[in-house]
Amino acid sequence: MNMNLTLKVWRQKNAQDKGKMVEYKVTNISDHMSFLEMLDVLNEDLVNKNEEPVAFDHDCREGICGMCSLHINGEAHGPDRGVTTCQLHMRMFKDGQTIYIEPWRAKALPVIKDLIVDRSALERIQHAGGYISVNTSGNTQDANAILIRKSDADKAMDAASCIGCGACVATCKNSSAMLFVAAKVSQFSYLPQGQIERKERVMNMVEQMDKEGFGNCTNTGACEVECPKGISLEFIARMNREYFGAKIVSEK
Amino acid sequence: MSKLDSKIPEGPVAQKWTNYKNHINLVNPANKRNIDIIIVGTGLAGGSAAATLAEQGYNVKTFCYQDSPRRAHSIAAQGGINAAKNYMGDGDSTYRLFYDTVKGGDYRSREANVHRLAEVSANIIDQCVAQGVPLARDYGGLLDNRSFGGTLVSRTFYAKGQTGQQLLLGAYSAMNRQIARGKIQMFNRHEMMDVVIVNGKARGIIARNMITGEIERHSAHAVVIASGGYGNVYYLSTNAMGSNGSAAWKAHKKGAFFANPCFTQIHPTCIPRSGDYQSKLTLMSESLRNDGRIWVPKKIEDAKAIQQGKLKPIQIAEEDRDYYLERRYPSFGNLAPRDISSRAAKERCDAGYGVNATGEAVYLDFATAINRYGKEKALILGIQSPTKEKIIELGEKVIEEKYGNLFQMYEKIVDQNPYKTPMMIYPATHYTMGGLWVDYNLMTTVPGLYCIGEANFSDHGANRLGASALMQGLADGYFVLPYTIGDYLAPDIKTGPIPTNSTEFDEAEKAIKEKLTFFINNKGEHSVDYYHKKLGKIMWDKVGMGRTVKSLEEAIVEIQQVRDEFWKNVKVPGQMNELNPELEKATRVADFMELAELFAKDALNRNESCGGHFREDFQTEDGEALRDDVNYAYVAAWEYTGKPSEAILHKEELKFEELEFKTRSYK
Amino acid sequence: MSQGFSKSSVGRKILMALSGFFLLLFLFQHFLINSLSVISADAFNEVSFFMGTNPLIQYLIQPILLFGIIFHLIMGITLELKNKSTRPIPYAMNKPSENASWMSRNMVITGIMVLLFLGLHFYDFWIPEIKTKFIEGNMSGLNESGELRFHEELLHKFTDPIRVGLYILSFVFLSLHLLHGFQSAFQSVGFNHRKYTPIIKKLGNLYAIFIPLGFILIALFHFHVKIRF
Repeated sequence: MNMNLTLKVWRQKNAQDKGKMVEYKVTNISDHMSFLEMLDVLNEDLVNKNEEPVAFDHDCREGICGMCSLHINGEAHGPDRGVTTCQLHMRMFKDGQTIYIEPWRAKALPVIKDLIVDRSALERIQHAGGYISVNTSGNTQDANAILIRKSDADKAMDAASCIGCGACVATCKNSSAMLFVAAKVSQFSYLPQGQIERKERVMNMVEQMDKEGFGNCTNTGACEVECPKGISLEFIARMNREYFGAKIVSEK
Repeated sequence: MSKLDSKIPEGPVAQKWTNYKNHINLVNPANKRNIDIIIVGTGLAGGSAAATLAEQGYNVKTFCYQDSPRRAHSIAAQGGINAAKNYMGDGDSTYRLFYDTVKGGDYRSREANVHRLAEVSANIIDQCVAQGVPLARDYGGLLDNRSFGGTLVSRTFYAKGQTGQQLLLGAYSAMNRQIARGKIQMFNRHEMMDVVIVNGKARGIIARNMITGEIERHSAHAVVIASGGYGNVYYLSTNAMGSNGSAAWKAHKKGAFFANPCFTQIHPTCIPRSGDYQSKLTLMSESLRNDGRIWVPKKIEDAKAIQQGKLKPIQIAEEDRDYYLERRYPSFGNLAPRDISSRAAKERCDAGYGVNATGEAVYLDFATAINRYGKEKALILGIQSPTKEKIIELGEKVIEEKYGNLFQMYEKIVDQNPYKTPMMIYPATHYTMGGLWVDYNLMTTVPGLYCIGEANFSDHGANRLGASALMQGLADGYFVLPYTIGDYLAPDIKTGPIPTNSTEFDEAEKAIKEKLTFFINNKGEHSVDYYHKKLGKIMWDKVGMGRTVKSLEEAIVEIQQVRDEFWKNVKVPGQMNELNPELEKATRVADFMELAELFAKDALNRNESCGGHFREDFQTEDGEALRDDVNYAYVAAWEYTGKPSEAILHKEELKFEELEFKTRSYK
Repeated sequence: MSQGFSKSSVGRKILMALSGFFLLLFLFQHFLINSLSVISADAFNEVSFFMGTNPLIQYLIQPILLFGIIFHLIMGITLELKNKSTRPIPYAMNKPSENASWMSRNMVITGIMVLLFLGLHFYDFWIPEIKTKFIEGNMSGLNESGELRFHEELLHKFTDPIRVGLYILSFVFLSLHLLHGFQSAFQSVGFNHRKYTPIIKKLGNLYAIFIPLGFILIALFHFHVKIRF
């Protein structure tokens, strides 16, 4: 089944430009297409008409790199659940529908151009403590010398599956990055390897998060719903606990 | 005389690396801070190298076109990473991993490199676990393994279906630590435009800031290319949209030899194409072949009916199904190596037995596995004479635990439930074994220019085994390059910072600006993608899974034509000094246009079939690859002389001291 | 210098939750005492007298309660202002109802409504009480006819249908506030457990519905009783 659609797309030349919504029509869109392939069709069309194509972030197009974003019809990564925009398919839309396409909106994630935003704030949070201080010599102990309960390993994996796309921030009414930060903090807190720096890690990452200008968590749970990897709110609770525990005994 | 010196150390293969490391030049820790290293690409190889080199004390600058190193396409590897740990006690060893890799690569890889890879493989797992990578565990808390194509042991470590992601995040976390220490400077959303050679040595790069369009000069004492493979020369591949061969190709044009470009891996289990708008192909992990059985209908009329949508796969009786891998390769069956499985699928589809509307798909069926697991589970749960439905229900649960996320991804894309109806799969370009020629130190033919990971040619020969790419990337980055680069840098401790105001930098920058200006001003008729698709079609049809002299000769002519057309008529909207995705694509596709020709030329030169390179004129009577070890046991390293068609071939003879040539049989 | 606990986003939400817990407890005891007014006027008077004159409650618990309310209020508004500022350009199209409940998204609205009610409530009860006790110095708790005055004062306030209507409306808002607030407080202090969280959520819903409903019923009871006379 092929569809004709009206798109309302945010166009903004660069970070300084004010930007506005611009309307486009696309025709003959197959329902097997991915959302980004639909945008490819639009862009090919624009290039042929000597107009500038819409800039959007994308890379792996298989839902794992976290590069693609887009707030589609009022929802981060669009109306489907458990998928990134690149895995969103046009069968989720109806012929004749109007689709709003906007960049992630948050002060901490400013627009660079059109639908592309600057997510380096998330990177800086990682730099503040998203690691275990171990040299890369390879001369660590044997991997099986560290026993990890399967349930803990699985939980750590669940937390670690965050792709850093920023949908949690984009969808949160407070632009809070807590789900993102909590995922990293939780991953290491479940593992024996992460225990040594556990307290410093959570304090430093939260501090950096606050510096970047993200909002507070008010437990609305929107992030968990829109997260393409289904990262659970449990991890935010865990981070709160970690933080509380760390601050109480902290000498700083 | 050949210009190639592979610098393979003397001595028995098992001791080469240890002996070599013992005698290599080192740079004193205090002097390392006087040395700058540029790393282009931040995937598993680049990321791990950046972290390690920075940790040793060098000043590292990393470049990547994505907005974060964490997004490099290593992240997409699903299945796992090999390591000779023998945790399963099934007879694995360094030697066996070495042997499997050389054999899997069809004896076209360098023995010494592969052995080194097998040696350090176990350290990778230790390292990653220490970094907090959540590799899968069993109930006793020990690491779990699964098996992969082309091997008879279980040596693959995994993290759900997201192994590449977890390993990359591990490497990135190691980078984070160094970024926090100020030892790594990240240049994200930056693309390398050229390598700068000063007095015969790689001394820096020209990069484009992709946000502002600014052309920047960066100098260093050594440059490391870790930019991945060039699979996107086919337009459609499992690579990321941005994956490109430009960094390697620019290095090639500056003097680095390009080795074995025709060795390309076509992965057997990808989701088939659904239409012309298709932008990329999605891989389904090879691990699915542990439990899935691959088949097409036995009768051509059944196949036709399926293609027309008149028949459903579940309606075809067991005896009317052709499990062609099990039929042709009884001992490896559905776990035959990738090149062989892919060709077998193509063979069936070319014969008309394909199972979707395009006729380019085969089934990957889990019904048998669901049934088997269901029965096992019923037994475990103590259910007496379970019903058929109960067995299926239990079996599906087991399958869901193992492959749930993959099944979900398939369903999202294809809109069919793979628990109930077999998956459809078809081969797609996945990995390029070829790449920049490097010596044992991983240095290219340009002094000071290194190449690691998929971008180099070294370890996989003509075909890569599953779960070995992650292993190679991390081995190169964590454990090989950081040692070998010191040998080259040792004399550089007194050099001081490399100035960026030299004529070499001036010229390189000027050339790039001219080229970018050309694209902007060309105002042609067609978009970059239009030409890229054309190129991709030539490559897939004529330089794809089955190649002939005729197809390759035609391809070379057609590639040249498309290239001429591209330069004449390409249209790039927008400006140079802004974020301009079309301009980025144009520079990458321009390089693919040249690389493609060398690719075809190399395929034409290699008069044999081996690994991913299958020449239809060199096959046995039953359609198996016919290798020529007398004439072609060499690495074809091409030297750029101004045009791909005039590239000069240099041969590095491959000597096998430990292993002897064997016909690669998986029967 | 590291970030102070009360300056951090996580610290603040934990403090918000702790003050919330305290208010939940307070509300519960308030409810219990109010319930007495239905059962027995004497008992209600006794307890009210005790609460109103016991020095421990008056000089220790009461200031803590006041502080808790003010803290919860100021912190809530501070956080809301900060949160509002994090998205200078709003979405042209936004469907928050697709992923979060109305209650969770509008805590500040329901909170402010409850605050307005508190103003009325203070005007009705607390300010006269403070006036009588601390300004006029009458700590006896007795009315002119020498009986404990609390029950009578309570009844007196529930004669005006408009006031009762406002009272009911306020408790509807309180209920909405608690429907999110109760379970949210547990989440904020880090209590999220696969086994217990569903129970907490159920308990929270029960609390958020039945406590305000109880207050409403008590009000209606007294209003009804008054009408009948």
